[in-house]
Amino acid sequence: MRKLTQFKKGLVDGLPICLGYLSVSFAFGIFAVENGLTPAEALLISMTCVTSAGQLAAVPIIAGWGSLIELAVSQLVINLRYALMSISLSQKLSKDMTTPHRMAVSFINTDEVFAVASGQSGPVGKWYLYGLICLPWLGWASGTIIGALAGNILPPLVSASLGVAIYGMFIAIVVPEMKSNRATALCVGIAVTLSCLFHFVPGLNSVPSGFTIIICACAASAIMAAVAPIPEENDDA
Amino acid sequence: MHNKFFLYLLVTAGVTYLVRMLPMVLMKKKIKNRFILSFLHYIPYAVLSVMTVPAIFFATDSLIPAIGGFLVALVLAYKGKSLLQVAMAACAAVLLCSLIMMGIP
Repeated sequence: MRKLTQFKKGLVDGLPICLGYLSVSFAFGIFAVENGLTPAEALLISMTCVTSAGQLAAVPIIAGWGSLIELAVSQLVINLRYALMSISLSQKLSKDMTTPHRMAVSFINTDEVFAVASGQSGPVGKWYLYGLICLPWLGWASGTIIGALAGNILPPLVSASLGVAIYGMFIAIVVPEMKSNRATALCVGIAVTLSCLFHFVPGLNSVPSGFTIIICACAASAIMAAVAPIPEENDDA
Repeated sequence: MHNKFFLYLLVTAGVTYLVRMLPMVLMKKKIKNRFILSFLHYIPYAVLSVMTVPAIFFATDSLIPAIGGFLVALVLAYKGKSLLQVAMAACAAVLLCSLIMMGIP
């Protein structure tokens, strides 16, 4: 019964992610078709990759039969943040997360799944995680195919508004933590300042966005880890 | 569907998967170093905020609706609203601002 309870808790926690993904992947479906991919191709990409920024970068390369090396490198750089997230999450996994389960769950270790899983108090187990990843995957795939098939029915203004959905989700994850932890708030302040510098300062703004994410996030986290290390007995890391 | 597509799909999905899977499978030991633990504690929030700012301001057709969406998301997130509520309210704010700017209040 405990397994089922954990699985259900995961499903419930995954529902808001799923609904958020519907709107974002809907926008991706529109984008993919506009770039010349078929709806089936857009769907396959979403089902196998489950990553917003990576897919967005892949579509123009795939649509133009671009260089496979460029494709691989862009995916590596843009998605390298997931390596950090997987390392971070690996510290929170309970003992039942053996290698096969790690191989399965990591397939859908998205920004939001990661954020929700690391927000849990104490270690997270496989049943919770399997519950957590179901609906987001379903939402990501179904939103894509709906967007690809029916996207152009929507007025352009409405589809443009959906572009902020994913950022709204990020803000909903970060702000409550900033409220309860001043060190995290400071960390976010540093990260955002660096991010803006890399976006607007000539020279710095030619650094590819995947690298920018990693450089800024690592610098801000390293500074805060040195200045304000978490308490010794804290198991939430 | 072109056969070539599957090669491109394999590269896209394969690289993405390996980046996620290898660290989780290889990092079985508990990290004891306090600096690294602290670093890993901060990293999710740092990554998400770097991805959001300033990108959110360019996610819509023009700047002012995006600022509207950003502010609405900040306020609702501060009030502890759910992921879905914050995301949808941000979209609604963008739509509303765009409509007002076009003179269709």
